[in-house]
Amino acid sequence: MAELKGSMTSAEVLNNYTIEEIDTDVLIVGGGMVGCGAAFEIKKWAPKDMKITMVEKAAIDRSGAVAMGLSAINTYLGDNTPEDYVKHVANDLMGIVREDLIYDVGRHVDASVKLFEKLGLPIFKEEENGKSIEEGGKPLRAGRWQIMIHGESYKVLVAEAARKAIGNENIYERIFITELLMDEKHENRVAGAIGFSLREAKIYIFKAKSVIMACGGAVNVFRPRSQAEGMGRTWYAIWNAGSTYAMGYEAGAEMTTMENRFVPNRFKDGYGPVGAWFTLFKARVLNAHGEDYMQKWGDMLKDFPPYGLAKVPATCLWNHVMLKDWMEGNGPFYMNTSGAMKALFETLPEKRKKSLEADAWEDFLDMTVSQAGIWAANDIDPAETNSEVMPTEPYFLGSHSGACGMWVSGPADLSPKEYQWGYNRMTTVNGLFTGGDGVGASGHKFSSGSYAEGRIAAKSAVRFVLDDSGFTPTVHTDIKVIAEKIYGPMITYEKFKGYSTEPNINPNYIRPRLYLFRLNKLMDEYVAGTSTFYRTSEANLLKGLELLNKLKEDSSKLAASNLHELMRAWENYHRSVVGELHLRHVLFREETRYPGFYYRTDRPKLDEKNWKLFVNSKLNKTTGQPELFKKPYIELVPKD
Amino acid sequence: MPSFVIAEKCDGCKGRDKTACQYICPNDLMVLNKDMMKAYNQEPDQCWECYNCVKICPQSAVEIRAYQDFAPMGASVIPMRGSDSIMWTIKYRNGKIKRFKFPIRTTPEGGIDPYQGIPEVINEDLKSEILCDEIGQTLIVPKK
Repeated sequence: MAELKGSMTSAEVLNNYTIEEIDTDVLIVGGGMVGCGAAFEIKKWAPKDMKITMVEKAAIDRSGAVAMGLSAINTYLGDNTPEDYVKHVANDLMGIVREDLIYDVGRHVDASVKLFEKLGLPIFKEEENGKSIEEGGKPLRAGRWQIMIHGESYKVLVAEAARKAIGNENIYERIFITELLMDEKHENRVAGAIGFSLREAKIYIFKAKSVIMACGGAVNVFRPRSQAEGMGRTWYAIWNAGSTYAMGYEAGAEMTTMENRFVPNRFKDGYGPVGAWFTLFKARVLNAHGEDYMQKWGDMLKDFPPYGLAKVPATCLWNHVMLKDWMEGNGPFYMNTSGAMKALFETLPEKRKKSLEADAWEDFLDMTVSQAGIWAANDIDPAETNSEVMPTEPYFLGSHSGACGMWVSGPADLSPKEYQWGYNRMTTVNGLFTGGDGVGASGHKFSSGSYAEGRIAAKSAVRFVLDDSGFTPTVHTDIKVIAEKIYGPMITYEKFKGYSTEPNINPNYIRPRLYLFRLNKLMDEYVAGTSTFYRTSEANLLKGLELLNKLKEDSSKLAASNLHELMRAWENYHRSVVGELHLRHVLFREETRYPGFYYRTDRPKLDEKNWKLFVNSKLNKTTGQPELFKKPYIELVPKD
Repeated sequence: MPSFVIAEKCDGCKGRDKTACQYICPNDLMVLNKDMMKAYNQEPDQCWECYNCVKICPQSAVEIRAYQDFAPMGASVIPMRGSDSIMWTIKYRNGKIKRFKFPIRTTPEGGIDPYQGIPEVINEDLKSEILCDEIGQTLIVPKK
């Protein structure tokens, strides 16, 4: 790997840096769907003199998981009730979810979808009569919960609304936040965040009365299936570095369901979406002999009642059955695109037939262009040739078919008292709010639900600030201490770079890229990655923990030659914190709750009697170690 | 499929206030080589192939070359993004061409009024769970 030359070098930064302090009432960390939803909602409720600031590591027009675009909105209730939605999500996530939070998203999300259409998002309709959803137009369903969109500019639109709402001058882009600041006078109260510019030699100290933190999920904690350039082609946005979880945890927030991970079954290598192929085009995945593995091994689902017996079994169980067929020697697997398109041609009205090919391509071009490139590179016409699908490496998120995140308060009007502490979507740290991937145990929000959740959090944050109007943040602002920590990897690099003739090989430090590879390897081999077909055991986990602890010790020797690499150093450190949380949660939960996503081979069964509960964790700030404990699952919506 | 910059076409956005691809890349990959006044991808194996640099380049100087660790050579996927639609040209390895055009937005660029049609909120509602475009509605709660 060549030296990174593009960004400002360590020497230039260390010789010239300045510090800017910014006082604000509410700080929004992350300008993705949650952040943009928060920015939209907050200005309607905040008094005119309340200062709102957003900070983002990229440019908000194209940041977060929706940066490329999307071809569908996966959460639109329409004629479904929030009860239906809770039942669906609870089953898909194997029963252990915060039903209060899911219900809350369900009752708010459609308003946000209608808002997107007003902002200018083109939504497919059943009939082309020019009517918006608000005016009674029926969105074209791709499935029970999904609607199809022309979503290339989805993020551009919500970002434009966010800029107009809080004002461009209050949005700080290309600043990487490294950690949250806690108040020095008030126990367990957030007071801001610190970070550095990726474009200038400048450290930022944001002092805030409340922080809404939403920096997405975590990608590339595990070794990816691809090994060179293709490492970039992760399924979820590669820039999601687990910063939400790592910074929340380090601030003292209680985490939940970090043992969960998502292993999407996707078009191989390009990781293009399969949802529309299943639900809109009615395609099935077949094994190498043309057999439907779900029919062949369907009885296996009976081992996991009630989650396997539902009309649509939990996502992990689809993987579970497919992996069984693979082990029996019946791979590779193919999405039967050709059969589905032939069948559709026989049944579809003439007009829809014409757009069928374009719809199939747009599904990729809106959100995973690479997959279109892979079809072209392999001369695949989906009407003639089927495409391979394969489960990917594991991902951490709280908005898709996953449930990692922080433990937050639910809404006052419907949450049980055990799940409610005054401010909707506030974590267990006073003043710290989150949404989307940051909120644990409530998946299936997707883009629309995450946006709605950002709006919920923003309104709560305003109320929180107003209720405690006498508060002024007190933070430690010893500039030398802060600079030495944030720029630590640059200082290390400058101190030792001359020791060897090749700066990549130096016994005094570790570059972020190698730190990542070391994390990826141990997570893969000991914590149920792809190379073990998602299998681990207590003994493997303990060995993995030993290696991970040494890796985290070595994080103090990370070295960065420029600002870009400094961001990688911090991102990869955040990834290693997420790796540890996941490992410890998997170790604590003595059962196999998510077969197909991971297996505890020493505890291979689902144990509803002892483990139908949440596993939560919290940093013990005295020992520096996480403490793990159980929290009860409380049913809000009776299941069928 | 990492992005690459065609040397002959890139002018480093020298007539503009910022280098477009460097401004937009969500993963901070595109940078300007100030000596050559041309941009390049500084970390190609972290490229998600989101195409934002390709779409934004005023010179059409940025393209994507397939990830060589799994994609056969010779194909290309090239967008032309306008103010209300995007046109895609897909060239297969065997030379076949497909073209698609999709709408991207129904409002003019920069023309969004986020609060259009949304009334002012009432301060008492701050304590409720209602959001700003739901004023006047009764929020449902689970049936007991």
